[in-house]
Amino acid sequence: MSVLAPERAPVLDEPSAAPAVRTRKKDFAGLVLAAPFLVLLVSTVLVPVLYALYLSLFTERLQGLGFSGPENVFIWLGNYLSVITDKAFHAGLGNVALFAFIHIPSMLIGSLVLALLLDSGVVRLRQMWSLAVFVPYAVPVVIGGLIWAYLYSPTIGPIKNLLGIDPLSDSAVLPSIANIATWQWVGYNMIIFYTALQAVPKEIVEAARADGAGGFRTAWSIKIPVIRPTIFVAVVFTVIGSLQVFTEPMVLRGFTGTVTSTWSPSMYVYEAAFVAGDNGRAAAASVLLAVICAVLSAVVMRFSTRRSSR
Amino acid sequence: MSFADSKSRWVSVPAVHVILVVAALYSLLPLVWLVTSATKSLGDFSTTGAFSFGEWNLWTNVKTLFTQENGIFWSWLLNSVLYAGGGAVLGSLICAACGYAIAKTSFPGRRLLFALTLTGVLVPTTVLALPMYLLASELRIVDTFWAVFIPLLTNPFGVYLARVYADASVPDEVLEAARVDGAGQLRTFFTVALPMMRPGVVTVLLFQFIGIWNNFFLPLVLLTNPKLFPVSLGLFQWSTRQTQFPQYTPLVITGSLLAVLPLVLAFLVLNRQWRKGLAAGSVK
Repeated sequence: MSVLAPERAPVLDEPSAAPAVRTRKKDFAGLVLAAPFLVLLVSTVLVPVLYALYLSLFTERLQGLGFSGPENVFIWLGNYLSVITDKAFHAGLGNVALFAFIHIPSMLIGSLVLALLLDSGVVRLRQMWSLAVFVPYAVPVVIGGLIWAYLYSPTIGPIKNLLGIDPLSDSAVLPSIANIATWQWVGYNMIIFYTALQAVPKEIVEAARADGAGGFRTAWSIKIPVIRPTIFVAVVFTVIGSLQVFTEPMVLRGFTGTVTSTWSPSMYVYEAAFVAGDNGRAAAASVLLAVICAVLSAVVMRFSTRRSSR
Repeated sequence: MSFADSKSRWVSVPAVHVILVVAALYSLLPLVWLVTSATKSLGDFSTTGAFSFGEWNLWTNVKTLFTQENGIFWSWLLNSVLYAGGGAVLGSLICAACGYAIAKTSFPGRRLLFALTLTGVLVPTTVLALPMYLLASELRIVDTFWAVFIPLLTNPFGVYLARVYADASVPDEVLEAARVDGAGQLRTFFTVALPMMRPGVVTVLLFQFIGIWNNFFLPLVLLTNPKLFPVSLGLFQWSTRQTQFPQYTPLVITGSLLAVLPLVLAFLVLNRQWRKGLAAGSVK
């Protein structure tokens, strides 16, 4: 995963850039320093992931006459099968797909355009503009969701009157949820892109100008290609975030009946585990979601390396 | 920047500023609404404009907020500060130590650890929540401070960042010099390397603070006792009641304002710090 801005590209990707200092063969002080994180990683990520895999292969069933209480029964991939064939899970996947389809382009294009404008040199008070757009990132997701929910609400908020449509109605609620996420993340990604743009060599930009390239041309053919690795990393993180969307629809559920309890796959997992109490099905759904995330981010990264090696 | 200023008038300046004004309004108007609404009584929501002030009711709202359910809002704020503040300080130190160890020492298995860390970045919380809840029940720590605090210390991306910062800001010659002077590895880390990595570590700290303050799924799953809730979970719980009890609406709005203010202020005050950190890492 190369998350670095172009100019620093050679710094790492493999920990093998061994410093000359390493004289002692066995370096246990390093292990001592790494130990606290190692313990955390094992106990709060590794073990839970393995446990989820284990859980996903079992289901609770009443045995015999049911006097002995439910027992865990190994059912191979039965839980996966019941998730894959569950219409509610399909609907959740459809919702996040559509959510991503709206949220990802609008957010990334918005933040890229703003970053390029800030970088173009015609903008006064750059700091002020970037801070203004960044502020929503500092708002907790629950609270961002609540603010927009009130703004959407037909009795309190102004948006219904402004647009003439009810943002919480069946057909509009999905773009409304996407808007909350876009509002929260545009500024953050703008800062990331703007920071990466600082690494574009001034001489190249200057040479392009001397050759008569206009601002759009410079941005499109020089600046964007140079920061492409950064853009792809932003795409990966946004894809993963979109697939896992949970908080925004959960908050809107308190305001409208149009968001179902299994609206997104994450909500499906929550519902299966903590409302229905079906741990096996919840674990299977969460493993499936993780696999989809992994596959999609691999696809995006593959696409990015192929494009940039051309 | 002076170079760019003189050369590149490539789009019409007014058009650029119109776009910026629209973007700034889109970003800030919801927060303006939050401020004006926190000053209103329940009745004024339907009778006054969304972005205008009604009758000044802020102090009444704040007073009701802090006395509701025996002042539980205080506990929520305090919990959030403890979870996010304690978690960010301890968590970023753990990240810094591990990132430094991976970048600058050669303990056995560090490659594997780094690979696991990168994988850890991509594991969705959704996958972790249920097994964590079950494990926490086994350990009988569900509904305790630690059930939420410990998992949120884990910040694989912070380790990744710390490694980049250690690589970029701690020269090998300095470590060599410290070694020649007879300083042990641990002492070298705390007295030499850590201060050099400070801007990066502050960035990790700030973003981990935000991450924990924002986290919703884990507290929702692991806590049932309202006294242990962080502020966003508490406000969420109140917001689910307002269909039946509209008097919760001003409380949720005023509470939201008070929960947002410290974060926005932290970002404004630490503006230069986190920008420098982001630039130093040049990473997302």
